[in-house]
Amino acid sequence: MKVLMLGWELPPHNSGGLGVACYQLAEALAGHGAKIDFILPRKHPIHKSITFMNVHGLDNPAELSADAGLPIPKPVSESMFQAGAYDPFSSDIIIEHEAYTKQTLKFVNNQNYDVMHAHDWLTLGAAMEIKKLHNLPLIAHVHATEFDRAGGSTGHPLIHEIEQNGLLMADLVVAVSHRTKQHINEAYGIPLDKIVVMHNSIDLNDFTSYVDGGSYRYIQQRREEGYLIVTTMGRLTTQKGLEYFLRAAAKASQRLDKFVFVVGGDGELRNELLMQSAQLGIASQVVFTGFVRGKKWRDLYKESDIFVMSSVSEPFGLTALEAAAHDSALILTNQSGVSEVLDHALRYDFWDEDRLADQLINLASSQSLTPLLKKSAYEELRGLSWDSVARYCMDRYAHLTSGVSEVKV
Amino acid sequence: MTALVIYLHVHQPFRVSPYSIFSVGYDHDYFDDSRSPVDQRNEIILKKVAEKSYIPANAMLLDLLQKHPDFKISLSITGTFIEQCRAWCPEVLTSFQRLVATGRVDIVAETYHHSLAFFYSRFEFEKQVMMHRDLIRDVFGVTPKVFRNTELAYNDQIGKWADEAGYRAVLAEGWDPVLQGKSSNYVYKPPNTERTKLLLKNYRLSDDIAFRFSNREWSEWPLTADKYHSWLPHGDEQVINLFMDYETFGEHQWSDTGIFEFFPELIDRINSDDHYCFKTVTQAAELPAMDEVPMESTVTWADAERDLSAWLGNPMQQESLEALYRLEYEVLSCQDQTIIDRWRLLQTSDHVYYMDIKHSSDGDVHAYFSPYGSPYDAFMYFMNAVRDIRWQLSEHQNRRNT
Repeated sequence: MKVLMLGWELPPHNSGGLGVACYQLAEALAGHGAKIDFILPRKHPIHKSITFMNVHGLDNPAELSADAGLPIPKPVSESMFQAGAYDPFSSDIIIEHEAYTKQTLKFVNNQNYDVMHAHDWLTLGAAMEIKKLHNLPLIAHVHATEFDRAGGSTGHPLIHEIEQNGLLMADLVVAVSHRTKQHINEAYGIPLDKIVVMHNSIDLNDFTSYVDGGSYRYIQQRREEGYLIVTTMGRLTTQKGLEYFLRAAAKASQRLDKFVFVVGGDGELRNELLMQSAQLGIASQVVFTGFVRGKKWRDLYKESDIFVMSSVSEPFGLTALEAAAHDSALILTNQSGVSEVLDHALRYDFWDEDRLADQLINLASSQSLTPLLKKSAYEELRGLSWDSVARYCMDRYAHLTSGVSEVKV
Repeated sequence: MTALVIYLHVHQPFRVSPYSIFSVGYDHDYFDDSRSPVDQRNEIILKKVAEKSYIPANAMLLDLLQKHPDFKISLSITGTFIEQCRAWCPEVLTSFQRLVATGRVDIVAETYHHSLAFFYSRFEFEKQVMMHRDLIRDVFGVTPKVFRNTELAYNDQIGKWADEAGYRAVLAEGWDPVLQGKSSNYVYKPPNTERTKLLLKNYRLSDDIAFRFSNREWSEWPLTADKYHSWLPHGDEQVINLFMDYETFGEHQWSDTGIFEFFPELIDRINSDDHYCFKTVTQAAELPAMDEVPMESTVTWADAERDLSAWLGNPMQQESLEALYRLEYEVLSCQDQTIIDRWRLLQTSDHVYYMDIKHSSDGDVHAYFSPYGSPYDAFMYFMNAVRDIRWQLSEHQNRRNT
């Protein structure tokens, strides 16, 4: 099975769960015999070590023998990447999308594939062009819609259009949760029987060898003094619901001075959130770590007792699974897709600050609740694997390419 | 002659409504229905079950009692159930009174609050048993002579206690692994006791009705009165103890399963078979004991494990009850009857049952009966209520000091 996979990011070059999910899925698919060409706007040197598939970066026209006359994605320096200054979802995104589409189309010429698997709207422009020219079966994999990214506001009209056209044209749409499936159906009118759900997953083995620690001495010390470390992680955008999170944090702290709140990540709302925590009078209890990668990122999980996914709208929320793999108890909004794969988590509606505060106080005042949630969620993770996701995905490929697809457009 | 001893357990808990930490110190009614979604309100649930089960099933039982002068049955009815009937469904209580007035319906003793107090405080346990006895006298004019502990949770100490308290018998699960080859179809006694007998549930025949009756996957479905009659042992057995939840009739087995037709037919069949008779639990306790049956560890009638793990199996459940009973001395000495009453209502075993997280077919049964979204919610509402009691006790203390 030759697969053309169109993606926007891969770890460690990623800004969020999209890259991780693409990498893990591709690796598991390769394990099932898929030969994958993975197209990225930019290739990081570390991607050379990936052996289970061919990673192609469009920022290297020589490698691609692409047309140098077309716009080329701007290269990113290593220093920008390390500092978090490189944002794959920059404001030039429409231009980047254009470049990606043209270069990919050029690259695909003269190649033979059985199926095309495109991740999120940024790759859909290219996918549609390729489908028109080469009639390749298209799987559009939705990790987030523009509605999710807009977090309650309307989003970019052009992006909506690309997203909708791509999903209409796809032979099969993959949603990362039932919630997202429903959303795609309602927002874009894609029939439910054309959409399948493939929940993201996690392989616990990837986390067992981790022995770092020590990045956050202050947090460690507070923890040893009996404070509960409550962490949230992600891009600081409206979508993540952090304003509600901070208000709940203040309410819980007023009742019980036993919490340290850690906000991991960076984004457009950072200054507002800093100001808000000061206004709420909890600035000293809230730690903003800024953008973290690698060891600092893993240590953040490791130093947490409780991980909160406060999103207003979260198609999946892979960080919750990662946090559980690092032995955190989970609190998830009912608006998060990850909620569908884990029973052992506390849940609230993103706007319900009282309920989140109540849950935090209960976790802090009970001997049994936090350990039990940690243990039970970890047990649930044992039942998850990317391998079973890939097996299902291969089965879908086979249906599409054999022409006996159950899913007719 | 073999006696059929049919015993039904009637109970409703006062479920804790979604009680937030922000209510602690302000609102002390943890059972206030107005906080709950409509279909999870205590009043609504009672009325629903009354319509589906208590009213039609009592009509059926009264009919059988009138038709067959030898038909007898035993019931245990909790204090919390009677309180709810008085508040919301007095006609249900009247229908139970009508049954007991026939003189052929026995009432079984138990804790007023359907609690696990025996395992935490002997003093509180005895108080609740007395409260229940007084209530039963008041409502039905009878005094129970046979004891059952909540969820049939039984061990040798309970047998010993019942003997000293003068009960003629205790009801327990006839669980094979502890019977060691003995049959539940005979009367036994607990070790080191004078008079008390042990009546053991025949769980296979009981569960055929209580659990399997409507199960279409079951090879014996559909169960008919003739078939069931043919399964009854017909040798020298003393008793066949059919113990089950009363709500089997109409609530666990809905009316459309045919349960209300099956049961009267079955009673007809048995009544016309000379090998069998009916006895109340008190009458069965008059039969001679064949042997002693020791049960060192606690045996219950629930789940595949037949132990207390459905109530005390996980640390949340243990912490809840430990936190509650730790307040016993302070609560009982605070002289505020409302606090004492609410503290007791929190002892109802259902609260910790809702916190069960066992992942088995049993877990599904738990989820079916839970009014909450998750076991963790059940734990938090409960613990918040305990916090409010603690808050009120400190307030009392402060007032006394000033």
